[in-house]
Parts: sequence; structure tokens; C-alpha cells
Amino acid sequence: MITLPSVLLLSGVLFALSVAGIFLNRKNVIILLMCIELMLLAVNFNFIAFARQLGDIDGQVFVFFILTVAAAESAIGLAILVVLFRERRSINVSELDSMKG
Amino acid sequence: MTIVNILFYLFSAVLIGSAIGVITARNPVHAALWLVFSFFNSAVLWMLLEAEFLAIVLVLVYVGAVMVLFLFVVMMLDVNLVQMRQGFTKYAPIGLVVAAIVIAEIGSVVWVKKLGYDSFGDVAPLPAEYSNTKALGQLLYTDYIYPFELAAVILLVAIVAAIILTMRKRAGLKPQDIAAQVAVRAKDRVRIVKMEAEGKES
Repeated sequence: MITLPSVLLLSGVLFALSVAGIFLNRKNVIILLMCIELMLLAVNFNFIAFARQLGDIDGQVFVFFILTVAAAESAIGLAILVVLFRERRSINVSELDSMKG
Repeated sequence: MTIVNILFYLFSAVLIGSAIGVITARNPVHAALWLVFSFFNSAVLWMLLEAEFLAIVLVLVYVGAVMVLFLFVVMMLDVNLVQMRQGFTKYAPIGLVVAAIVIAEIGSVVWVKKLGYDSFGDVAPLPAEYSNTKALGQLLYTDYIYPFELAAVILLVAIVAAIILTMRKRAGLKPQDIAAQVAVRAKDRVRIVKMEAEGKES
């Protein structure tokens, strides 16, 4: 049988890889968005593993809502990205300094 | 080691490999395709974890909609890849260090602290006639009906926001002005001229 620690470790490794991906691809906004999707996937693994371990299906309802919000987030994020590229002709994070942050 | 275990480890290894592909791919299109592959593997793993409905939803919504949107945007934007890759190896050590720390922390929590449980006992598989979709639906339409409606509103807001953000007014277009079309009167368009009748030219 699949044990809880193995699933938790899998999701931990997945989360760590996506954090490393944000460090590696810190110039390309598209790959940053993909890494965020991967992070949400890792979190969903935890919810599903605990829902199965505790015999409580409420965890799967949470995953459902996370998927919904993540889909909305990526749609709006990509729309912002398209507008950004149209204005600046670039999606390089280091060039996005118009707010002097 | 049962067949379920073998499948779990096999698909976990492929999932981690495709996640590495996402973060190291040179081309954003390749990264998106690796991400599609990792979503497929996750769907299989979720099926092994007895979350069948969510596995199908992951393939339908993520692979079918979100990743197609990603590929669309990646191919639409003309990105300078060489410039984007600058500093990739520069930040690789700190990225690996952060990844190792995250893995070590989660591993220590899982194995040392045991999360307050005495043991992670085996879970008995659910009976064959158990319907994951039915159970999820019964919970979603009773206890979670208001969050469910709220999720629908969030999706509507996302649709409206994405359309409004990307809509642009270009010069030279001749769009319809419905209000002006409806408000038009006959006297604005037709000029009636009173004049004497004229005979045939002879």
C-alpha cells in the first residue's frame, strides 16, 4: 500500500523543485508562472494524501477549490503577461522597474 | 511489494524527472510540454490515491485548458531566449541550496516529528462500489454550496478580467455603435425636397 510519508516526501520534493525553478528561471515570467502551477500541484498532493489517510473526503473538496482558483489565477496572469509584452516588448523580470521597487 | 507500490514509485520517479525538465528546459515550449507530462503523471498518482474525480479534472482542466493557454501565450510572444537564459547558472547554487533545505525540512517533519500520529497505518482500500464522484458531489452541493457558488463567481471574474485586459482599440477599425444605430431618425438620413413636377423632355 502507498504510505502517507512517501506521498508527503514526493510532494515535498516537487515543491522544492519548483522553488529551485523560481531561482533558476528568475528572468522569464512564463516559466515562473509554470513553477507556481507546479507548487500548487505539490500542495494538492498533500491534501489528497491526508484525505485518504484520514478517510475524510473534505480534503478533496479543498483540492477542487484550489484547482478552480489556480485556473483563474493563471488566466489573469497570462492576460497581464500579454498586455505587458505589448507595452514593453519584453517579459524580462529585471526590466520591469517602472515602479522603482 | 505490491503492484500498487511499484506503480506509485514508477510514476513518482517520472513525475520528479518531468518536474526537473520543467525547471531546466531551454525553450519555454519544452517547459510547458514537460509540465503537461507531469500533470498526466500526477493524475495517475491521484488515481492510485483513490481520488478518481480529481484525476480526471486535472487532465481536463489543466492539460485541456490551462496548459493550452500557456502554450498559446508562449508561442504568441516573441521572446529573446538568449537574453532570458543569462544568469541561469549564476543562481543555480542558491536554488539547489534552497531546494535541499526545503526537502530536509519536510523530510524531518515527516519522519522525526511524525505529525503527532503514532504510526502511519495502512489504509484499507475503499469498496469497489464506492463512487468518489458521487461522494464529492454530495459534499460539494450540501456543505460546500456557498464556496462552490463563490468559485463560480471567481471563474466569471477571471473571464471578464482576461477579456478586458487583452482587449485593445486599434486605429482604423470600424466597430458598430449600437446606440447610435438605434437612435437614428429618418430626418437625419433622408432629405425631402419639394419641387414642381416636370414634363417629359421633348
